[in-house]
Amino acid sequence: MYRYDHYDQALVDERVEQFRDQTRRFLAGELSEDEFKPLRLQNGLYVQKHAPMLRIAIPYGTLSSEQMRKLADVAERYDRGYGHFTTRQNLQLNWPELARVPDLLAELATVGMHGIQTSGNCVRNVTSDHFAGVAPDELVDPRPYCELLRQWSTFHPEFSFLPRKFKIAVSASEGDRAAVQVHDIGLKVVRNSDGALGFEVWVGGGLGRTPIIGRCLRAFLPERQLLNYIEAILRVYNRYGRRDNLYKARIKILVRELGIEAFGKEVQAEFDAMQDGLATLTDDELARVSAYFQAPPYRTLAAKSEAFEQALSRRPGFSAWAARCVHAHKVPGYTAVTLSLKAPGLAPGDATVEQMRAVADLAEDFGFGEIRVTHQQNLVLPDVERDALPALHARLKEAGLATPNIGLLTDIISCPGGDFCALANAVAIPVANAIQQQFDDLDDLFDIGEIELNISGCINSCGQHHIGHIGILGVDKAGEEWYQVSIGGSQGPQTVIGRILGPSFSRDEIPGVIDTLVRTYVARRDRVDERFIEVVTRLGLEPFKQAVYGASA
Amino acid sequence: MSHLINRTGALPDSWVLFDGDAAKLPEGADVLIPFDEWHERAQAWLARPGRIGLLLAPTDDPRRLSSDDLQALSLIAISFPKFTDGRAYSIARILRERLGWQGELRAVGDVLRDQLFLMARCGFTSFALRADQNPLEALKSFRSFSVRYQACTEEPSPLFRRRRQLLAA
Repeated sequence: MYRYDHYDQALVDERVEQFRDQTRRFLAGELSEDEFKPLRLQNGLYVQKHAPMLRIAIPYGTLSSEQMRKLADVAERYDRGYGHFTTRQNLQLNWPELARVPDLLAELATVGMHGIQTSGNCVRNVTSDHFAGVAPDELVDPRPYCELLRQWSTFHPEFSFLPRKFKIAVSASEGDRAAVQVHDIGLKVVRNSDGALGFEVWVGGGLGRTPIIGRCLRAFLPERQLLNYIEAILRVYNRYGRRDNLYKARIKILVRELGIEAFGKEVQAEFDAMQDGLATLTDDELARVSAYFQAPPYRTLAAKSEAFEQALSRRPGFSAWAARCVHAHKVPGYTAVTLSLKAPGLAPGDATVEQMRAVADLAEDFGFGEIRVTHQQNLVLPDVERDALPALHARLKEAGLATPNIGLLTDIISCPGGDFCALANAVAIPVANAIQQQFDDLDDLFDIGEIELNISGCINSCGQHHIGHIGILGVDKAGEEWYQVSIGGSQGPQTVIGRILGPSFSRDEIPGVIDTLVRTYVARRDRVDERFIEVVTRLGLEPFKQAVYGASA
Repeated sequence: MSHLINRTGALPDSWVLFDGDAAKLPEGADVLIPFDEWHERAQAWLARPGRIGLLLAPTDDPRRLSSDDLQALSLIAISFPKFTDGRAYSIARILRERLGWQGELRAVGDVLRDQLFLMARCGFTSFALRADQNPLEALKSFRSFSVRYQACTEEPSPLFRRRRQLLAA
């Protein structure tokens, strides 16, 4: 993975000192609330219901054991002993004290971590495929491009005060595990007919109040032009994106209002002027950054493992876990393993400091000291030898990280919701827990099969409910919490925005509604492996509506 | 009062903003003219003694300026109606990098110390601080960071083009 040199390090160290001074001036009354707000947001610091919330960047979801230990350390000493992994592969601490945040950041800086641009109207942490570098279906490892974009976007002087936040995702696999079509810019790494690497560029996607699937702006951008072209898009957005209405300020609204052709013409005009300029990537730089992401020293192993096969046949608990949590790896004899942060009854995405430390150790004992964060709010050990899976499973069970529910109904994606977030209309975590309780039988869960269920506590859609097979959105009706349910959303190469089923439900009704949806699906599926989303796509909303609301609906 | 500074210290300010009433302008004064006024009456302004500067709002399109326009100007100022309005950064870069403006480029309006570093990188050379800003404190902001990743006006070569050589040195 990428390692800071003294330039990268100087920059995060200097950011800590800059923020320390800004915080001091705010606390001394020299900076007003309004003036401090954008400055603290650009360093990931929100003011929440109970305390500030600090969002720590985990660039493209890759971190080292050393970094994970430091996260545990600061969560223990500056917070309440846990952290929350988010749908944008970041970590949130919910209880730090404002005056101590500069010290917290100084500690993070010692392991090359920070909160830079994890919030605010700027280019946010670039997200990517959590199986980057190990996925059998990927063209190349997308992370060198992510790192180049990270450096380009960090304190970009022209784009620090955009109309609104700006999110970029990079994927290099057909499967697209980075949801590139619902990002402000989505990049899919491709090869052209000459075999040269480049990008399919998607623009103007996003969730939130107005969910829109992005448009393909360019079918092939040569890799060296990456920064020039992104800069051209950002410049058009910075100049013409709406600043009069917060809800219409994202690039998706600009693209929609101008139309993709007119928008593309503006971008092309900027790009023509920048193309082949000094910001054009060099072979030297591509090689320098790629070198950090070279494959670790894998051993030569047989694809099959005796120990693994034996455990599969003798231990049902192990085979259930292996079925859900163990994934294919491009190197024979290796696997990638998902560590579920969705144990029933706990907040989705939360990890205790003990768990963080356990994961740091496991990443070293069962890999090369590297950990991934998924946008489904789980963790991944990317390089586990198949032989070692039984031993890893035992250790994960001890740490409470072996829940075999990845991709199943209880692997719920959820924002922190109204229990923590000042923006939320409704709580999210208790809803997730109630659903998990409703579906507490593992055989039943396996029988239901793969379903993605996403919960957002408000229309900002941090829980990405629009692209959940089942989406639940907290809404406010006359000061009361209600929940709107949508079905049929999906992410990946065929991204679809889910459709709203009908009138909202009270919190107590939700587990029953989900149960009805699931039973309806099971009754209507043609084959046992026809997934929920496929049945919804085939039959439409009607049978589900009828089942939930009755024939009168 | 508002202080005018550059990266190293205080500057005198000779410029008077044209507010629609030419009779109020002192004879031969350096006048800052809004973008539309310049486009409507450039010839009349050129006939007048004294230097001419242009004031751009974030909505003005610098690409409308010809090289003749730029030749006639001694100052270009771009306004920040609010410090959170980032359009002026793009306008500054277009003026510098695309149109080749070499003269003074001034930030005016809601100009606060915490943004000076960014402004300087985009090609601003003078800064009319908001009245409550302490100019001595503000000067420190130009040294916020020693490292700049990106290509930008102030340093057109990105760090990656220099990194290996610098690391080897």
